[in-house]
Amino acid sequence: MGLQAYLILSAVVFCIGLFGVVTRRNTVGILLGIELMLNAVNINLIAFSRFAGSTVGMVFSVFTICITVSEAAIGLAIVILLFRVRKTVMADHLDLLKG
Amino acid sequence: MGEPIAFWTLAIILVGSALSVVLSKNLFHAVLWLAFALTGTAGIFLLLDAEFLAAVQLLLYAGGVITIVVFAIVVTERLVGERLSQTSRHVAAGVVVSGALLWFIVRAIGARPLTTTRPALTGDVTRLIGESVLTKFVLPFELLGVLMLAAMLGATYFARPED
Repeated sequence: MGLQAYLILSAVVFCIGLFGVVTRRNTVGILLGIELMLNAVNINLIAFSRFAGSTVGMVFSVFTICITVSEAAIGLAIVILLFRVRKTVMADHLDLLKG
Repeated sequence: MGEPIAFWTLAIILVGSALSVVLSKNLFHAVLWLAFALTGTAGIFLLLDAEFLAAVQLLLYAGGVITIVVFAIVVTERLVGERLSQTSRHVAAGVVVSGALLWFIVRAIGARPLTTTRPALTGDVTRLIGESVLTKFVLPFELLGVLMLAAMLGATYFARPED
């Protein structure tokens, strides 16, 4: 399979993740969509790196994976804190900053 | 010969489970489908000769992130005292936005002549990654350590018991 097939696969997964981020009302659901999008980016990085014959893209995807895991930990900590304070999960109800 | 079959199988698994993640009504099922999608991605990494990254993907994502999300769901369900049902809104807007983005990306990919042959591997990929992380990319690697420490402290601070 050529590079094109991998790029299109990762574009499809990215857009599915974007769809989840736009349509989910639950904060945890939005985080799951973001995970899918970051995952698609990793496929892209590794495919380009493999077809270019260099490992730099793979090193970058190691960094991306670590940053994504930190993001998930912080994001879910914020979600737990929001539950504690506002007693709700829905992003629509989190409108404290709305004038 | 076996590569296209493996690619298409993994692509169907990945796209199908990704769709289930964003469309499933039950949040817990969505997380389990995400685990499936992340495992499929690890398979794609194996197809791209990145064995180390496939292992990292399974350990950190399918192991770590899924555990954290399940934990968060369990904790918050106990706090709220009701089931976290999933409803979606603005479905039409989501289809339009993501469909338009997909159309642009696929057009951009199709407009460029891209290589279809991979260069031969010059050595052990895992070894090459390890060497470049500790030589050329040692500063980003150290910064990553600082970031992870900050994330750990921040998560602990957020989740501290109220007193």
